Amino acid sequence: MADLVTQEPRFAQFKLVLLGESAVGKSSIVHRFVTDSFDDLRESTIGAAFLTQTIQLDERTTIKFEIWDTAGQERYKSLAPMYYRNANCALVAYDITQESSLDRAKSWIQELQKQASADIVVALVGNKLDLEAERKVSTKEAKEYADELGLIFKEISAKTGEGIKDVFHSIASKLPVEEKLNSATKRRRNIDLNRPSTNNQESCSC
Amino acid sequence: MEENYDVIVLGTGLTECILSGLLSVDGKKVLHIDRQQFYGGESASLTLSQVYNKFKPNKTAAESLGKDRDWCIDLIPKFLMANGELTNILVHTDVTRYIEFKQISGSFVYRDGRIAKVPSNEMEAIKSSLMGFFEKRRMKSFLEFITNYKEEEVGTHKGLDLDKNTMDEVYYKYGLEKGTKDFIGHAMALWPNDDYLREPARETYDRIILYLHSVARFGKSPYIYPLYGLGELPQGFARLSAIYGGTYMLDTPIEEVFYDDDGKFTGVRTKEGVAKAPIVIADPTYFPEKVKKVGQKVIRAICILNHPVPNTHDTDSAQIIIPQNQIGRKNDIYIAVVSHSHNVTAKNQYLAIISTVIETDRPHVELEPAFKLLGPTEDVLMGIAELYEPLEDGSNDHVYLSRSYDPSSHFETTTDDVKDLYRRVTGHDLVLKKRKTVEEEESLACE
Repeated sequence: MADLVTQEPRFAQFKLVLLGESAVGKSSIVHRFVTDSFDDLRESTIGAAFLTQTIQLDERTTIKFEIWDTAGQERYKSLAPMYYRNANCALVAYDITQESSLDRAKSWIQELQKQASADIVVALVGNKLDLEAERKVSTKEAKEYADELGLIFKEISAKTGEGIKDVFHSIASKLPVEEKLNSATKRRRNIDLNRPSTNNQESCSC
Repeated sequence: MEENYDVIVLGTGLTECILSGLLSVDGKKVLHIDRQQFYGGESASLTLSQVYNKFKPNKTAAESLGKDRDWCIDLIPKFLMANGELTNILVHTDVTRYIEFKQISGSFVYRDGRIAKVPSNEMEAIKSSLMGFFEKRRMKSFLEFITNYKEEEVGTHKGLDLDKNTMDEVYYKYGLEKGTKDFIGHAMALWPNDDYLREPARETYDRIILYLHSVARFGKSPYIYPLYGLGELPQGFARLSAIYGGTYMLDTPIEEVFYDDDGKFTGVRTKEGVAKAPIVIADPTYFPEKVKKVGQKVIRAICILNHPVPNTHDTDSAQIIIPQNQIGRKNDIYIAVVSHSHNVTAKNQYLAIISTVIETDRPHVELEPAFKLLGPTEDVLMGIAELYEPLEDGSNDHVYLSRSYDPSSHFETTTDDVKDLYRRVTGHDLVLKKRKTVEEEESLACE
């Protein structure tokens, strides 16, 4: 049965949450990914509900990331459970020039294990690779930690763009696309509040 | 920590979070603090273990109830009216981007010892088991009057003046029986007692219209409910506030409150330091000396069931209203039923939360008629809450306090409090503006 539709273009959307200490460059990483730009003086809040970006996983599969920013709520450990809810993937960032930021990243990963679903795809990324001279966190240390937990690991630079696309592609390739496509057809039984009132709405036959 | 803000908000209950969201969108710099580790205050949804910890600290939940995290148990059971004001605020602020909603499948009312679906149009009235043959016809003409009524067409008024005639007079004109009045007034207009009968019919008419339009919107019942429980609502508005620059601090008790020589609020001290603002908005628990008892206590009983509620056609969710007259009380009893289909219980489990205003010194006995409808329960957790309201409007000390969440079955009184607080704080009425679209916000954020 699947054979008949294999050549149809496919489109799957996933929720990605950003985590990491303030000032490790979470927003810059996303901005590099979404707009391919970098702003040295980026303010700490981002002012959008979430950003979106699509990538082409293979010839017929497009993946859309719905990227949730912490909106600063991580600063006083006040991220709501809603943030983790139904997250398919997480990008946990640290700053390779700040030793403590890796520790914080590790505690966010623990938080994910507690709050997120068990099959969440997690990528640990060391940002600011452009500041190699000021490096305080060795590649080996971070990679060993990531390998032990089975996380995607990359060192990147939001400033130069190095490694950014790779990370998102690695995440995309680990996402359960088939499952998502199958469940998407089944799931959509929730109501759309933004739809204007109609009197003849057939109730769901679930 | 930055120390100057436009507004400090204490407590992350729904009322406070909606205000934080609205004020942040207005451009105000908001600091929002909660002494507890979780969002929602009294309007939180808790896991099974948190609920046992709160109501039965010496007992743990049975293993048969499944994974702790699968449970989101509302402390204050309420539903949203599909066409109500909270829905309106959610849509205008686009907090719907973060929260998914589903219908509540059924709306039931108790009459003469059993429960039946509340008819929501003339067709259903004719089929309803709630009424006898002739009464159905009277109900049908009453509903026709309500739905055909047009302010500008005097012919549709049928000789009645909604601003002069009492609701009892309207009922009399249509010859409706006492039991029929009970379900119209209590299960459709959602009045908690019978005081409305002697008031002009206008507000009851408005409430019935809200009910009918809410049913018409999605089809099954007038009620909608967020996936993962009501606790998502304060979180959603908190996120709105944060996106517009609001600062959030949970797990942060208030160590000291500062006032100037005129007794006006100037700031608070927490473990993070001193934060200043000319205005504070808070729930009653943060300023116990500035609130008084309303004089009503509410009992809420969280019942865990492993079966649907009998006689509801195995529905996954429902509102059941027991009108006061039917069981010789002064206040209605509400039962909110939710289940796994709204992601608030483990599989094959159901939650029925009973609530009412206490009338005697044996409140658990007052709930007996409700327990009878539910059948066997796995466990029951009960709590009693005293209701509070502010002593003053806040203009003297700039301490603006919300009211406790009342026992009503929906959020219309909560949004009344939000609007009242908004007016007291800003000096003007709340006018909802459409928030920027996802695309507009994205492009602003990417500038």
